[in-house]
Amino acid sequence: MEFTEKHVMGLKDLLYKMADDLLILGHRNSEWTGLGPILEEDIAFSSMAQDKMGQSLALYEILHELGESDPDTVAFTRNDHQFHCSQLVELPIGEYDFSLVRHFFYDHADAIRFDMLADTVVEPLQMVAKKFRGEIKYHTMHANTWLKQLAQGSEEARLRMQSAINETFPFALGMFEPSEYEAELIEAGIFQGEEALKNQWLETVVPLLESYGYTVPDASTVTPIFGGRKGVHTEYLQPLLDEMTEVFRIDPAAEW
Amino acid sequence: MNPREQQIKSVLELVNDPEIPTISIVDLGIVTKIISEKENQAYVQLTPTFSGCPALKIMENLVSAALLNAGFNEIKVETSFETQWNSNLISEKGLIALKKHGLAPPPKHDGYIELDVLSDMPCPLCNSRNTTLQTPFGPTLCRSIHYCNNCSNAFEAFKPVS
Repeated sequence: MEFTEKHVMGLKDLLYKMADDLLILGHRNSEWTGLGPILEEDIAFSSMAQDKMGQSLALYEILHELGESDPDTVAFTRNDHQFHCSQLVELPIGEYDFSLVRHFFYDHADAIRFDMLADTVVEPLQMVAKKFRGEIKYHTMHANTWLKQLAQGSEEARLRMQSAINETFPFALGMFEPSEYEAELIEAGIFQGEEALKNQWLETVVPLLESYGYTVPDASTVTPIFGGRKGVHTEYLQPLLDEMTEVFRIDPAAEW
Repeated sequence: MNPREQQIKSVLELVNDPEIPTISIVDLGIVTKIISEKENQAYVQLTPTFSGCPALKIMENLVSAALLNAGFNEIKVETSFETQWNSNLISEKGLIALKKHGLAPPPKHDGYIELDVLSDMPCPLCNSRNTTLQTPFGPTLCRSIHYCNNCSNAFEAFKPVS
């Protein structure tokens, strides 16, 4: 099928939101480096940060091939309202319970998204999606291990995890904010769409959490926190970008 | 493969992974294309073990330097996701080389990986399977950390990746 301008716009929008999610969550994960509650966790979040940074770069490269600016320019010179990340990923790392719950919600969505994209008609995206799947597997395994472990830990652990699940859930649903190109993406075989992704995600995370002993809010009664995909962000994103780009801005023309 | 491409392959068999110096990049399974269409010309395609691997650029440079040294002067080295690396692509020789470096080699898999496969990795020091996974995230993206209950040593494994 021949792509129209709207198909290409939809594809770029899709690539931007995935890449921006990965870049921003990668940065947040890296904030645990040196601070993790135990050494192994410190290394786990640092490793996942590295994976996500690498994955975001591969997606920015595809955008570059589609005519967008080079990855460094795209990553380091945009303001918060030019970012398409979900508000979920930009929130500060908070306490470990929140970081684990965000990690669980985000990585399960990511795993399903790239599973779906392993069948996309867009060849370069299909190739990276197949690659990312194997890497993300270790992220979801890590998240599942801790969500399960802490549900079976002390009463305090279980209560804190439950409360983090309740508070994070509306932000997690915000990941699936539909774009204005959903119909075009589905029609062209580029992506199955946010609604299908959300449904598969719910079918995955709800039974898992319930099997660990948590209760999950009813998605149909929760208002998702949208905005991120359209450039509307929390007060936390711009300070993150200022910190992330600090060195780059000293000398944008520097050879690295 | 034409004779020049064979020669390129032999050159690459001597280029070792910068982080695991006992294994060549050919045995690691990351050399996915070798093309030489004329005298002194070489095209090599590499695929990353992990998308976030910081050694990628270093490996591209090592390949270029080795080819230049072997007399090639029209060299192009590229990293591409066209062929996706998975741990089954490591050669038999490569698996032995990993063990020589003290890393438990990744078990062969059928594309479906669960944490269980990491729970009883054979210890590279005493070969016991009485081992425990400490963490699936090690000092580099491709390694996990384990403990051998038999010889009481901590060891690292090269992770199976699908």
